[in-house]
This record gives sequence, C-alpha cells and structure tokens, in this order.
Amino acid sequence: MSLLRRRKPPINESDKTSEASDSKPQKEREEEEEEEEEDGNGKDKNKKKIPSKIKKHEEKRPKWSCLDTCCWFIGCICVSWWLLLFLYNAMPASFPQYVTEAITGPLPDPPGVKLLKEGLKAKHPVVFVPGIVTGGLELWEGRKCAEGLFRKRLWGGTFGEVYKRPLCWVEHMSLDNETGLDPCGIRVRPVSGLVAADYFAPGYFVWAILIASLAHIGYEEKTMYMAAYDWRLSFQNTEVRDQTLSQIKSNIELMVATNGGKKAVVIPHSMGVLYFLHFMKWVEAPAPMGGGGGADWCSKHIKAVVNIGGPFLGVPKAIAGLFSAEAKDIAVARAIAPGFLDNDIFQLQTLQHVMRMSRSWDSTMSMIPRGGDTIWGGLDWSPEEGYSCSKKGERKNDTQIADQTGAASAVSQTRSANYGRIISFGKDVAEAPSSDVGRIDFRGAVKGHSAANTTCQDVWTEYHDMGFGGIRAVAEYKTYTAESIIDLLHFVAPKMMARGTAHFSFGIADNLDDPKYKHYKYWSNPLETTLPNAPEMEIFSLYGVGLPTERAYIYKLSPSAECYIPFQIDTSADDEDTCLKDGVYSVDGDETVPVLSAGFMCAKGWRGKTRFNPSGIQTYIREYSHSPPANLLEGRGTLSGAHVDIMGNFALIEDVIRVAAGASGEELGGDQVYSNIFNWSEKINLQL
Amino acid sequence: MSLLRRRKPINESDKASEASDLKPQIEKEEDQQEDDNGNDKNKKKIPPRIKKKHVEKPPKWSCLDTCCWFIGCICVSWWLLLFLYNAMPASFPQYVTEAITGPLPDPPGVKLKKEGLRVKHPVFFVPGIVTGGLELWEGRKCAEGLFRKRLWGGTFGEVYKRPLCWVEHMSLDNETGLDPCGIRVRPVSGLVAADYFAPGYFVWAVLIANLARIGYEEKTMYMAAYDWRLSFQNTEVRDQTLSRIKSNIELMVATNGGKKAVVVPHSMGVLYFLHFMKWVEAPAPMGGGGGPDWCSKHIKAVVNIGGPFLGVPKAIAGLFSAEARDIAVARAIAPGFLDNDIFHLQTLQHVMRMSRTWDSTMSMIPKGGDTIWGGLDWSPEEGYSCSKKGERKNDTLIADPGTESAVSQASSANYGRIISFGKDVAEASSSDVERIDFRGAVKGNSAANTTCRDVWTEYHDMGFAGIKAVAEYKTYTAESIVDLLHFVAPKMMARGTAHFSYGIADNLDDPKYKHFKYWSNPLETTLPNAPEMEIFSLYGVGLPTERAYVYKLSHAAECYIPFQIDTSADDEDTCLKDGVYSMDGDETVPVLSAGFMCAKGWRGKTRFNPSGIRTYIREYSHSPPANLLEGRGTLSGAHVDIMGNFALIEDVVRVAAGASGEELGGDQVFSNIFNWSKKINLQL
Repeated sequence: MSLLRRRKPPINESDKTSEASDSKPQKEREEEEEEEEEDGNGKDKNKKKIPSKIKKHEEKRPKWSCLDTCCWFIGCICVSWWLLLFLYNAMPASFPQYVTEAITGPLPDPPGVKLLKEGLKAKHPVVFVPGIVTGGLELWEGRKCAEGLFRKRLWGGTFGEVYKRPLCWVEHMSLDNETGLDPCGIRVRPVSGLVAADYFAPGYFVWAILIASLAHIGYEEKTMYMAAYDWRLSFQNTEVRDQTLSQIKSNIELMVATNGGKKAVVIPHSMGVLYFLHFMKWVEAPAPMGGGGGADWCSKHIKAVVNIGGPFLGVPKAIAGLFSAEAKDIAVARAIAPGFLDNDIFQLQTLQHVMRMSRSWDSTMSMIPRGGDTIWGGLDWSPEEGYSCSKKGERKNDTQIADQTGAASAVSQTRSANYGRIISFGKDVAEAPSSDVGRIDFRGAVKGHSAANTTCQDVWTEYHDMGFGGIRAVAEYKTYTAESIIDLLHFVAPKMMARGTAHFSFGIADNLDDPKYKHYKYWSNPLETTLPNAPEMEIFSLYGVGLPTERAYIYKLSPSAECYIPFQIDTSADDEDTCLKDGVYSVDGDETVPVLSAGFMCAKGWRGKTRFNPSGIQTYIREYSHSPPANLLEGRGTLSGAHVDIMGNFALIEDVIRVAAGASGEELGGDQVYSNIFNWSEKINLQL
Repeated sequence: MSLLRRRKPINESDKASEASDLKPQIEKEEDQQEDDNGNDKNKKKIPPRIKKKHVEKPPKWSCLDTCCWFIGCICVSWWLLLFLYNAMPASFPQYVTEAITGPLPDPPGVKLKKEGLRVKHPVFFVPGIVTGGLELWEGRKCAEGLFRKRLWGGTFGEVYKRPLCWVEHMSLDNETGLDPCGIRVRPVSGLVAADYFAPGYFVWAVLIANLARIGYEEKTMYMAAYDWRLSFQNTEVRDQTLSRIKSNIELMVATNGGKKAVVVPHSMGVLYFLHFMKWVEAPAPMGGGGGPDWCSKHIKAVVNIGGPFLGVPKAIAGLFSAEARDIAVARAIAPGFLDNDIFHLQTLQHVMRMSRTWDSTMSMIPKGGDTIWGGLDWSPEEGYSCSKKGERKNDTLIADPGTESAVSQASSANYGRIISFGKDVAEASSSDVERIDFRGAVKGNSAANTTCRDVWTEYHDMGFAGIKAVAEYKTYTAESIVDLLHFVAPKMMARGTAHFSYGIADNLDDPKYKHFKYWSNPLETTLPNAPEMEIFSLYGVGLPTERAYVYKLSHAAECYIPFQIDTSADDEDTCLKDGVYSMDGDETVPVLSAGFMCAKGWRGKTRFNPSGIRTYIREYSHSPPANLLEGRGTLSGAHVDIMGNFALIEDVVRVAAGASGEELGGDQVFSNIFNWSKKINLQL
C-alpha cells in the first residue's frame, strides 16, 4: 500500500492512494498557503476549486483503503497463522503434556507404561470387534454422482461428502429395501485393518488408545486383529456377502497358531458384543449355515470375551431411532430450533432421509430390546423402579445381597417412573396407574391410505403407506411395553420388520433344546441361545455407569404436514422427580446402554451354571463410574464412563491389558459394581 | 496500517506514526523558524533528525505493509481457486484432457466389463522392495508422537524434520538383521500398504481400481505386505508373514468356492513369492508344512511383473558405493553438496549405513555368475547397441541375422565386466588387463576409524592397502563381484550369505538345497509340482537400464566412501553414459534378468521345472506419456510406472477373470530375449 503511495506522490499529490493522515496536514498547509494568497489578494476561484479536489479525495479513498485493508488484514492473519503453525510443528511432541502437567500436576502414567513397568508382556492375541457406526465404510462401486470416490471413506473420517452431495451420499449408504443387501450397482464395503475403527473421525478416538496401550507392552499387528464388518448388514448377511465370519474364524485360528497356541482374547464393543455372540454360535454350527468349527472351537481358541458396553438385551434408544428417527439429541435439537429440522422450505426433509436410510440397515434391529416384559418391565413394574436421579452420588460396593432397606425406603420416598412403559403418548399416560389407562388395541386397525403417497416418493418411508386411521390407532393404544413395541413396529413398518424378524429374534426361549433354535436368527439373542461348551473361557462385561441413559419416551403426534413423520418425542415433558427430561425418562447407564442391558446376563442370566450357560463359564462384571474430564486439556477424559469415551478410560484399559497379558477374572479383582445391577437383576423373574 | 495510525493521532511524534505525518509538520516548523529569523544552531540540528527519520522509517513500514498486503492478495486468490477447484465436478480434468487429446480409451476395467468379464479368481498382490509402507510401533525418545505413523511411504515428512532419528529407526540391527533394541517398525497391512507410495504416486492403485470395475473387492483381493527390509525367512521369524499369506490364500480359495488364486508379485516380490512357494512345501519347523501339492491346489497362475529373477546390477552399485545412476549424476552436477562434511550431512554414508542393514537388498545381487551375466570377454547381450532401440522384433524364436551384423558394425560394450576401474579397462581386450588378485590382500587399518563412528560403514575398517587391492584387480564379473563384496563388507555379506545364495545348482537333488537360503534363487530350486499352474513374466522394454559400471577411486577424505562411479566416462557407441553401461530393460531390471527364466530356464520340462509348468513372456514396449496431462502415462514400460500400463492391466485382469496364457496370445516379445537366452550355456 505504502509502496504504491511512494511511487506516486511526486506526480500527483492528491492521488487516490494517499491516506487521510497524509492529506490532512497537507490540506492544512494548503489552507495556510491560501490564507497567504488571500493576504496577497489571490483569486477566489482557486479557493473554491481546491476544496472540491479534497472532497474527491475523500470519496475515493474509502474504496481503495477498504480493499487494501482487507488484503493487508488477511495477510497479517495468514502470516501470524503460518508463524504459529511453524512454531507448532517445531514444538517438541511432548510439549502439550508439559503444559498439562504444569497446570494439573503430574499425570498418572498411561496404563500401558505402568503395566510395562510391572513386567507385563504381550501374551494372548487380541481381537477387536467394533460396534455399530464406529467402523469405516468405503466405496467400491457407485453411481455416476459418486465419481472419484473409489476407495474413499463414505462413513468415518471427515464425512466431507455428506455436505458436498448429501442425496448422493444417502443413496450410497442405504441398502436395498427388500433384501437388506447392496442396491444394484452400488458396493460399499467395510474398511479393513486396525484403521477401520481406531479413529472414527480425525481426533475422535475409538480403539486408538487401547491399541496404543497394548502396543506399549509389545503388541503389534500380528497379535492384534480388528474384526471389521459392515455394521449396516444383519449379522448373517455379513457372511453371505463378505464372508466376514469366515475371515474372523480364519484369522483367530491363524493368530492362535502363530502365537504358540495361546488362546485369543476377544474385545467386542457395543453392537460388536451381539455380533460376537452370533459368531460363537455360527462357528459351532455345521457347514452350510455355520462355520463348521465343531462344538469345542471356542474352548480351543478363546480365552476370554471382554465385552465393553454391550447391549446384550438391546437398547431403548433403538426404538426411538426406528420409530421416529430421533433420539434424545435430535429431539432436543428440534425443540431448540423447531423450524429447521421440520421444514420443507429448503426441501431438506433431513429426518425423513435419515429414517429412510437407517431403516434399510438391518443391524439397527438387532438392538431392539429383547426379553419383553419379563426383562424390561410391564405396565406397572420395572426392575429399576425406585431408581431416582438424585441417588446418583451414592455408591454401592460389590455385594450380591440387595440392600433391601435402602431400596425400599427410596421407593417410598420418591415417586418413581414407570420405566416399563417404553413409549407413552402423553405425560399423563406415562404416570397414571395402569387401571386408568384406557387402551384400544391397534393391532387390527385399518391403516387407511395416505394422500401423500405419490408426492413423497423420493423420501419414502413406510409411514407414507399409512393413513390417518393407522396413526390414530397407534396413538390410542396409549402406552407400549417392550413386548407390544415389537407389535407396534410390525404395525408401522411391516416391510422393515419382515426383514428384521428373518435375522433377529427378541423373545425368551422356553426350551433351549427346541431344534428351531438352531436357526441363525436366534444366535445373537443371549436369551435364546446357550453359551458354548468352554468351561475355561471367561466372560467379562465392562461398562460405564453414572450417566443418565434413555430408558422410556413420551411421544406426541406431530402436526400434520406433507411427507412428515407422524410421531415425535414430546420435548415439553419434564419432571425432575422421575428423571423425565425433554420427554425422555432416563436411568443409570453409559448414556446409550442402560445398566440392565449391559449387566443382566453376566450378573444373573449366565452367573453360575444356568440353562443359558450349561458349562458354567465364569462371568465378571466390571463397572466404571463416570467422572467428567477435570479440564479442557484432558479432552474426552481418562475417567469417562460414556459409551464410546470409555474406550479411553485408564481403569478399563488396564483391566483389558491385564486380561490380554494373561490375568484371570479373579486376579483382576472379581466384580466391581457401583450400580444396583444385582438388586435389579434379582427382581427379574427369569427361569434359569 | 491506517487502522493503527488512526488510533494514535494524539501523539504525533510517536514512533508508530509515519514519516509522512511528520513531514509537513516539520516543514511548517522550519518555515516559522525562518520567518522568525531563528538560531542557526537550531536550523542545523533539525535537518539531520528529519532526514534520518524520514529516510529510514518509511521502508521499514512500507515493506512490512506491502508484504502483508501482498500475502493477503495471494491468500485470497488462493482461496478462491481452492474453492473453485472444490466446486469443480470430479470429471472436469478428464473433459479437459479429452478436449485436448481427443477421447481417451476406456480404462481396461471398463472395457473388459463390457466384454462380460467378471470376478473369478481371488487375486494376491506381492509388493516389491521400497514400495510398501512401514509404520512405527515402538521407538526411541526422538520419535515420540509417531506411533502408527508411516516412516516409509506417504509424505516422508519425518525425513526432513528429524533425519538422524529417521535413519536410526529405519536401520536394522547390524548383526542379526532384525529389530534394534527398543525399536519396532512394522509393515502397514491391507491394500493401503502399497496402493500409493506417496500421495499421487500410484503403485497398485490403478490395478486395484480396474479389478474393482469387474467386481473385485477386499474379500477377493489381498495385499501380501511384508517388511521389505528383512531377509525373506526373517519376515516369517519375526512377523509370521509367510504363515499369514498361506492362511489368507487358503481362506480366499475356500470362500470363493475353491477357485484358485492368481498371484501378482512385482519387483522383489517375485523373489519373495519364489521363496514362499518353497517355504509352503517344506516341512513344519523351517517351512509351512503345506505339502508338495499345496501350490497345485491353491494357485492358478503367478503373474510376475518386472521380476528381477536373476538379480539386478543396480543392487551392486547400491551396496558397493551407495549410488546408482541417479545419485552419480547428481554428484556430477553438484559435486560439493553430496560429498562435503561442512554441514555434517554425510548423506551418502548415512544412506549406505542404513541400506546395508537391510538384508533384502542382498537378494538382488546378480545370480548365476559368469554363466548368466557373461565373463571378461563375452556377455549374452553383446552386439546390443543403443541406436537399435527403435527396431522391434516379433515373437519369433529364431534369431534374426540382423543381430550378428550389428555385432560387426558397432563396437560393443563388455557387459560381462560389471565393475571396471577406468574406462580403458572396461574397453580393453581381456589379455591386456593386468589383474592382481585382491582376495588375499591385507586390508590395513584406517586412521578414520575412531572419528567416523557415527556414520559407521565397513569401509572405515578398511585401510588404504585394501582399497588399492580392490582397484588393482581392475575389473569384476558377476562371480568375482560376490567375492568383492565379501572383501569390502565382510559383516554384511556374512548376514547375506546366511539368507541368500547366488550360484547355480549342479545337482538339485542335493539335500543342502532344502535350506531356506536357496529358496529365492530360481537357479538353485525347482518349481513346485503343479503342472496346471502357469507362470507369466510381464515386464517393460525399451528403456536404458543399468548393466555395468565404470568406477574410480574417490578423493581421500575423512569418513568417505573410497569408490565412486566415474561420471566422466561417456561413449555413445557402447551405451556408456555417465559411467554406466546401459542395456534394454525397464530402467531397473535388464531384460535378461526378467525374461531368462521364462524364456529358457523354465521353458518346457527342465530340471528347474520338473512338472513342466507353462511359462509365458509378455513384454510391453515403453512409450513416454504423450503430454503432461497423462501423468505417468498409460503406455509406460518403466519399472514402477508399468503398473499403470493399460495393456499390462488388461492382461492381468484377463488372467484373474480366468484366461489362460494361450488365450492371452502366448508370448509377446519386443526385445532380443530369446536370442540372448540362447547364448547362455546353462545345463537344463
């Protein structure tokens, strides 16, 4: 800028580029000269001309200086940015740690380093089974609109394509509506290797910290295996399409063989827990449907199954997801910005698109609550009744005896939520005693025809096949328990549930010897299968507690519009006493999986020799109480109990490493319980 | 600027305020003073003050400002361009290319899909040396924060940031050839291991993309990534890589309905897979215990791309003086840089020290000695002249008389003398070369021994007497080169000979050939008993390829490598350029090494191929890319770029989809390989 100025001043003093401050004294000088001229009887015309010149001066200047200033400003920012970037790159890698230590005091050794000092070394090969959503998916064949994305991640990573071409992305991420497999001409496949799920997005770890900690004591890729699978497919379809189960079997066999016969430690997370239950049945089953490994495959190849945050009995969140494509987070977002998610002005129809896509994923149906009213409670009771949010601070030690006095007094003190009513239409219905709720059965109701059928083709969801009569019938049944919810889903989404029930089952087996339980659809339901015959194997259930977790919902009918989802969570419903917030009743858990689902099987269903656990496999419960990160520098914390963040919990990592290095459940310290899980399990009346 | 200035107008004499502000004010003062007839002292004092401020300050300010302004402009336009680039449809570059060069041919995958080809046999890739990624699993203090980051491949950012640390981590242990204590560097696994070597520099990516077009995906493609620094047997010892490959081939054959695998090794991967085929048959402690019919049960075809079956002369230059043609030329151009010690760079010594710890480099020392590579007075390629390159030969087995006339016309290089000291020695007839045997020579002690410890190479254990002895032997053929390497680098070769062998077997039934060190030498092993298997050798021709070197002694200095290529030696007649005699090949592997086994050694039922596995040679004549837009070209024959050659990809895809060698069209030969093979007198 000043360069320009310097070049021009001799020629044209009133140049546009010259600045206000330059011109100001100059102006004064000119005026002084003029005054002198006046003294010398100068011309008046001249006097008038000069001011106008000055005006010109002032008019043009802003335009120039604005552009210049912008450029100058950006330049400054860029330069300082580069400087900072350079400094950041030149900074030793351990610098952030120094800062953190300076502020918070010395950090504890990461578990890998600590255990290395204790002398632990890599022993058993480790198999990771990632959960839903956390695994990356990449494109192998796509439509025209996805050109240039070959072998690029559609899921995981930066999600850049979601913003660039959202409709194209939705099209490629969806599966076929009828078969639950690839749509014609589209092949999206899971990423393989440890990179599949180490980080979900840049900087958002899933398995990375556990991998790094295991590497400290000597693990590497030959002793760690990520059993990545396409988490959109039903479990059996991963074998049909990708032969994933065969790959896992072969890789476990290989690792056991190359590690001198040391058995594998399997670490499933989230939905991976169900996937691995399915695997254990598959590998034993004879060849056409199963892997043909024989009845003792598991006892030969698996030392322990360390389940992290496992939704053994499903999660209520899955219902909200399938029923109205919303969970707590979306419902709250809708309450805050009501115009955005619902409106059709931008033709976004975001929720409908999401619903249509997620309904084509069979795997979501694996997490519908299992065990019906026996497990999840009926209209008037639930295993967790008496739980109150304010009790959270209280801690229980790992005693198997329910402290009845405490629980009973808690019941009498506070009103408790009817957690058994997983969906209620209206807060009053959720709270009323069961005799007061007048319910009209929806099962036989005529659905009627929707007028919106034709116009909404591009965002097809099954709701558009349903007329007002059907919607009313659903609402008039008023409240749904775990059992009737499955009927409800059959009613509102018959096609989806037809696919779902072909691959999953949600009941409780009366007689486990019934030959029908040899079908693969029962394999991922712990209440309809037996554990393998492997008495030396150990099963751990590791999960976080101390966070409010979705357990039941209050719904309302949404205002009628074209192409709408007729039901939505009633975010206006709040009640502190019964843990009701934004239309969601919450209970203790890890923010996604309630304690009941994560803990019941290991606390009761499989404990000792039961009909579900004929060989008496040892089970252990390890709970981790949630503490939020102390300050921002800690990121997602080393004490977190949240569903995914728990993968960075130092105590959990230490337990996992100890097991991998050869410790048994007893050496770990047996059960470690903070919640009422044993108490609640006791209340569940399940034949064992 | 104006922002700053505007805030401070109160204090006009402030340093931050500009000279241009001061100027009128001061002038005013002057005027007043003159009018008032002020003191002369005052008058004198002021001008220097004014001038100084006036002259010195503006450049400082304006320079900074201008810089900022300039950078701002650049940033803004860069962002604009970036935005436009991102908003651009992905197919735009193709449109531009098509507009300039006319419509592009369909990529082979699309073309063959239209022909109705579909995924059939599972495909295994075996990457070569250097192209596979390596990542850090455990490191020293200096490598903090690099856990599971690529040390090799990718951007190589760490080479520039912490070069010594990088060299330390990439080196292996000098004695064992395995990890140094406290360092674990492991191969990247999966297709990402070698699809791109560096961003935008493809290796397998194009082939993978084309296979995907006809339906391949990760369940039918497997990258047999291994740590290419280790000797082949050590990959099994340390990482169980061979077991993994075996298990994965078995799995893929089983999950694909029993369809046998097509294996596609590239470069050193060819030798690695030869080793694998022997390993898998051998009984359990040393081998994989697959039994003698494992290959016939699991492998349909081995499609070797640019395979250095008999080694490459380049490996010798690399081991002897850590330089190949590229480095030698760089040294000639900028003699000060690579050699000097001023910056304590000692680049070459560091590279040499590092690469000498990699056992795998010794797998590519030329095999078969003088029988294959020629002696003092003859070589199989003699008569080859560079000017003949344009000429093309069809796949006839009969030698055409043209080659003999070429011999008489041009003076031919003595390719058999792989290393000669001086151009005159390289050209003289063998009777004129006086050689003094170096084998018994005393090496003497080097004075540099202590000072050079940080860049230790074995040369520093060798005194002047040893260097002289080496130079006085004057010229080395393939056989004596192995002795030479034993002489100059005894420790390295001790490791090497424990894992590799470079001879020719007299009697293949000798039980000593059951040892793993012979497994990667095609001249000391038999092919597996798999009569239905097919072996292809695909390689590029038409590029000058290093074949023999003219060396000189380098100027004595501390911590130096005593020998270097004599880049002043040039001779157009004999293909001598910058001290390197070149030959037909793919720029790395000479035709002889890539083609001989399939052209003669294994052709028909020979003692190396007892079950009569059919072999095919497919040569691809090199054409440089027509224009810059084509990148590395679709007709290239260069060692790595050939992986993007459409004709080669088409052949590979056809084989994967089930075609046999006959259906592909049998041999496709542009070079004199059959002619040259004929001249090699090897018992078959």
